[in-house]
Amino acid sequence: MTHAIETINLRKEFDENVAVRGLTLQVTQGEVFGFLGPNGAGKTTSIKMLLGLVAPTAGSAMLLGAPLGDRAVRARIGFLPEHFRFHDWLSAREFLDLHGRLYAMSASRLRSRINELLDLVGLTPFRDKQLRTFSKGMLQRVGLAQALLNDPALVFLDEPTSGLDPVGRRLVRDIIRDLRARGTTIFLNSHLLSEVEITCDRVAFIKHGEVLRVSELKSLVNGATSVTIRADSLTPPIIAGLQQWSRDVRADGAQVTLTVSDETALPAINRYLVAQNVAVYALTPQHLSLEDLFIQIVGTDGGL
Amino acid sequence: MATFIIARLTFLEAIRRRILLSAFLLGVAFLILYTWGFYLMRQEALPSVPRSEISSAILRSGLNNFLTLAGLYAVNFLAIAMGALVSADTLAGEIGSGTIQAIVAKPVRRAQIVLGKWVGFAGLLALYLVLMVGGVMAVAYVLDGYVVPNVASGVALIYLEALLMMSVTLMCSSMFSTLATGGVIFGLYGIAFIGGWVEQFGALLQNQAAVNIGVVSSLIIPSEALWRRAAYEMTPPLAQVIGISFSGPMFTVSVPSDAQIVYAVGYLAVALAIGVRAFARRDL
Repeated sequence: MTHAIETINLRKEFDENVAVRGLTLQVTQGEVFGFLGPNGAGKTTSIKMLLGLVAPTAGSAMLLGAPLGDRAVRARIGFLPEHFRFHDWLSAREFLDLHGRLYAMSASRLRSRINELLDLVGLTPFRDKQLRTFSKGMLQRVGLAQALLNDPALVFLDEPTSGLDPVGRRLVRDIIRDLRARGTTIFLNSHLLSEVEITCDRVAFIKHGEVLRVSELKSLVNGATSVTIRADSLTPPIIAGLQQWSRDVRADGAQVTLTVSDETALPAINRYLVAQNVAVYALTPQHLSLEDLFIQIVGTDGGL
Repeated sequence: MATFIIARLTFLEAIRRRILLSAFLLGVAFLILYTWGFYLMRQEALPSVPRSEISSAILRSGLNNFLTLAGLYAVNFLAIAMGALVSADTLAGEIGSGTIQAIVAKPVRRAQIVLGKWVGFAGLLALYLVLMVGGVMAVAYVLDGYVVPNVASGVALIYLEALLMMSVTLMCSSMFSTLATGGVIFGLYGIAFIGGWVEQFGALLQNQAAVNIGVVSSLIIPSEALWRRAAYEMTPPLAQVIGISFSGPMFTVSVPSDAQIVYAVGYLAVALAIGVRAFARRDL
C-alpha cells in the first residue's frame, strides 16, 4: 500500500535559519494524522513544502505516490491555509466558484458541489454576501468548504479550528469524521490538543523541524497511566520499592503518585503494598491527557 | 485555461474594488477640463490667425494637433500611472497577505498566475486608453473635424508604453514588496523623463554628450522614447517644419528609431519572463 504522504529527510533553510531540520514520516492512506509541536517547530513550513509553496532545501517527499510538485496530484489535494486570507471582494459562492475552476472542475459538478458544501458548513444563507462582511469563524468555514471542493483524497488542514467557537469546532470535528469514513486522508496541524485527541488516529510530535515521536493516539493516551496511591504507613523503603514499576515516583505525605506504562501493573502494585502491610485506602489510575504527553515529549521550553 | 480564470479575476477585482469606476470618473473629469481648455485656447488663438485661406488652414491644423497631442501626453502619463498602481500590489500584496497560498496549491502553473494577471491588466489598460484617447481625439474632431495623422500606430505606441511599464511593475511585484516596487517604478519613470528632456536639449543645441545621456536613459527604460515616437507619428510633417508641433515636453527633435521600438518590445518580454521566473521560484 502506498502512503498518502512519505517524506525522507525533508529540510528547509531560510538564509541562516533552519526551519525544518529533517522531516521523515509516513502517513497511511485513510488516516487522520495529527501534526503537533510548539510554535516555530516548523509545522507550517513542512505543510508548505508538501504543497509546493516552499521549495525544500534538501530531502524528498511523495504525495499520493507521486513526487512533490506533480500537478495531477495537486488536483486531488485540498488545503486550508493557516491565517488564510482570500479575495474578500468575492461572495462566498463566487469564491468557491473561483477555486473550483482552478481545480478545473466541470461547471455542472461545481455548481452542485458548491451548494452541497455551503450547506455542509452552514453558510447557505450567506452565499451571496461578500467575504469581507464575514466573521473570522465564517471565513474559516468557507475556507474549509474550499478545501473540500474537489472531493480530495488528501486534505491539509492548518489550524482549522483556531477562529471557531465551540459550535464551529464540533462542525469541523464532524466533517473530519465524515471524511475519514469515506477514506480521505487528513493531515491536521492543530494547537488544540483536545481537538487532536478526539479526531486523530496517529500523531507526530515535532520540535525544531524534526520528528521526536510518532505514535498511535489510542495506545499513547491509553497506555501511559498515572496512579495515585493513598495509604497509611508508607515508609521510604516501601516507596523506593515502587520504583520497580516506575522511575517517576513522587511521595507527598500519605499520597504517592507514579506513572506506569500500562494498566496491568496496577494489581501487582496492590499485591506488593498489601504484602508490605500497608493499609491501602485508594489506588486511583488516571489517564494522561495529550497535553501532559505533549509536555513530556516536547518539553516545557516551548521549543525556543 | 487557468490563465483566463486569473485574468477574469483581475478584471473583476478592478470592478469590485471600484478601481475601474474611479478611473472612469476621474477620466471623465479630465476630459471635461480638457475640452473646456481646448475650447478657450481656440477662442483666444484663432482670431489672430491671418486672413489668407491657406495659412489659416495650416495654423488651425497646427493648433489642433498641438492641443490634441498635449491631451494625449497627459493620457499617456495617466495610463502609465494607472498600469503601475494597479499592478504594483497584485503579487506582492497577495504574497504578503497569504491570499496567494490557496491559489498556488491548486493544479495550476505559477506562470499561469502571472500571465493571467498580465492579460487582465492589459485588458484594463486597453479599456482605459479607448476611453481616454477616444475622448481626447473626439474633442478636436467635434469642434473642428480634425484628426491627427497615423492614429493607429500612434495609439499602438502609447499602449505599448503602458504595457511596458505595467510588465516591469509586475516583474518587480513578483520579487519585492509593494512599496519597493512603487519606488523602483517611479525611479525608472523619472530616469526616462529626465533622460528624454536632456536628449531633446542635446539635439537642439547639437551637444552629443547630452544626446548620449538620453540614449542611455532610454536603454535603461525605453518608455519615454515610445511616447516621443508616438508623438512624432501623430504630428504632420508640415507642423514640424514650422515648429508648432507638440511632442513630449519639447519638440521632437530627436526621433526614436524603429530599433528602439523593437528594443522596447524585447524589454517588455524579458521583464515579463523575469517576473514569471521569479514568482515560480519564490517561497510563498
